[in-house]
Amino acid sequence: MTGRLPRWLGGVTGSVLLFLHLPILILVAFSFNASRFSAGWAGFTLDWYRAMINRPDILRGLSLSLQIGLVSAIISTVLGTALALALHRYRFRGRATLESAMYVPLVTPEIVVGISLLALFAALNVSLGRVTILIAHVAFSISFVTVIIGARLAGMDRSLEEAALTLGADEFTTLIRVTIPQLMPGVVAGGLLAFTLSFDDYVITSFVTGSGTSTLPVVVYGMVRRTIEPTVNAVSAVVLAVTTLLIYLADWISRRGTE
Amino acid sequence: MEFRGVSKTFGNTRAVTSLSLQIPPGEFFSLLGPSGCGKTTTLRLLAGLEEPDRDGGAIFIDGVPVTDRRPYERDLSMVFQHYALFPHLSVARNVAFGLEQRSVPAAERVRRVRDTLALVRLDPGQFGNRMPSELSGGQRQRVALARALVIKPSILLLDEPLGAIDLKLRKQMQLELKALNRTLGITFVYVTHDQEEALTLSDRIAVMDQGRVIQIGAPAEIYECPRSAFVAEFIGESNFLSGIAREERDGLWTIGGNELEFQIPAQPGIGTGSPINVAVRPEWLRVCPPGQASHEANRIPATVREVVYLGETLQVVAEVTATRQTMRVTVPNEGQLKNPIVWNPGDEVVLTWLPGDCQVLQEGVS
Repeated sequence: MTGRLPRWLGGVTGSVLLFLHLPILILVAFSFNASRFSAGWAGFTLDWYRAMINRPDILRGLSLSLQIGLVSAIISTVLGTALALALHRYRFRGRATLESAMYVPLVTPEIVVGISLLALFAALNVSLGRVTILIAHVAFSISFVTVIIGARLAGMDRSLEEAALTLGADEFTTLIRVTIPQLMPGVVAGGLLAFTLSFDDYVITSFVTGSGTSTLPVVVYGMVRRTIEPTVNAVSAVVLAVTTLLIYLADWISRRGTE
Repeated sequence: MEFRGVSKTFGNTRAVTSLSLQIPPGEFFSLLGPSGCGKTTTLRLLAGLEEPDRDGGAIFIDGVPVTDRRPYERDLSMVFQHYALFPHLSVARNVAFGLEQRSVPAAERVRRVRDTLALVRLDPGQFGNRMPSELSGGQRQRVALARALVIKPSILLLDEPLGAIDLKLRKQMQLELKALNRTLGITFVYVTHDQEEALTLSDRIAVMDQGRVIQIGAPAEIYECPRSAFVAEFIGESNFLSGIAREERDGLWTIGGNELEFQIPAQPGIGTGSPINVAVRPEWLRVCPPGQASHEANRIPATVREVVYLGETLQVVAEVTATRQTMRVTVPNEGQLKNPIVWNPGDEVVLTWLPGDCQVLQEGVS
């Protein structure tokens, strides 16, 4: 179906876009607002960004978020790639069940994931802290990574691997020299998405975090509960910028790879 | 290379049914048939990319059973329909891939890559460092061919390798493939659905349908002596006539029924009352004016319906007066501008041919 966009449909689309993005735009705007009480515009300032980098709790939270994001992205990408290969390249008993099971975490409410992980750690008597946050982040990222890489594997020409086999490469050599290089765009995109998911998660993290180990979103939430201070706007704008950039990067890499 | 009673089933579909064939070393052997006939599955079974069913027969290469061997344990290589070049490797690295797997020393590897690229008429200096995405379809297929040939396999498998290449280049590459087969002494097993390509290239052709080999033979045998209506129709064009054997006289059987009569040479297996089906190639028929004498014993009155200009030939489409069936006659084009043929739609004519040009079909026998 092609042709000119009807006026009513254009109106709906415009309204939805505005509704989705206006709050974010206001938040970003107020992060530069000189007024402390966020009501009206009192002039441009970078004070809240300056205040942000002088707050040790924010910097610690940022540092922890970056570390956990990086490590959980690496672990979930490696495991997710392995899972995607198992699901899409081999036949085994329970394959179909496992494949549908991969989609369950994508639609499970975060609060349910958080509570169940907390219950698991409590049952196993694991003390809450960096390790439990890391395990939780790996757990909810793997499904996303597996689905992204699986999509790329499904679209990949099987004859490339078959050509390698007929040229004398065994299964492992074929995996290393042909399959993985072909999957790289999906692997990188999956890794970036995993990092983003980890970097901005609050709900699940709040269940499995221990005292003294607060990721950036947890720190921000703590700040909001006490007072509305414009520094929160600045921190949120930074988180927003980082995640948006990474999502676009992931999307761009996976698109470029399929062309 | 030999298949002994090989079967392959996908789910509920029998792709290949108890297939047996032998291919001597050095032969250019084609598997020809419509899509879904099992020809590609047969090739993939030989490559080891598919396994036969349990109790689904055995495959031998040079007399050695290879049924349980993985593709990389068989002395063969394959050219794929859509090239299957590794997109992340340069042309030279693509061609070197098989040599690297065999741990060929670097100096010899470079030399063999260069020689093989030259063999498929690609300038190694010009193309070696290019990526596959920078090549045309014809060049990609040459690289794929070089990559398969460089490891000096005893059998080269080709899965419709020229299917995606335009007609003119395809004709040229057909000749080059034929020449490579002759000079290198490698057995070529070639899958195609293009009957003309199979006739051009092959020493022998196996015509396949529904997972079975219908007929195996040299191109001339397949074309001139099709044993079934399927082969007669799939390879070239045919006119079909049927009737009942009436009587034999002077080495000729008279076949009657369907309100027309024709004669075929006597042959074993025919007795009075046998139902007979024959195929007659369009180029073996002639169109004559009604009164004209002819030495050809078979004569059927017909009406011209259409004259189709095909370039090197003309095709006269005629309707048999007695049965209203359509017969096609191919007539050499002697220049429509200088010597136009005189037939026009509606003309009453007689179609004539020699009894020896009737190919008796053995329906249901392979």
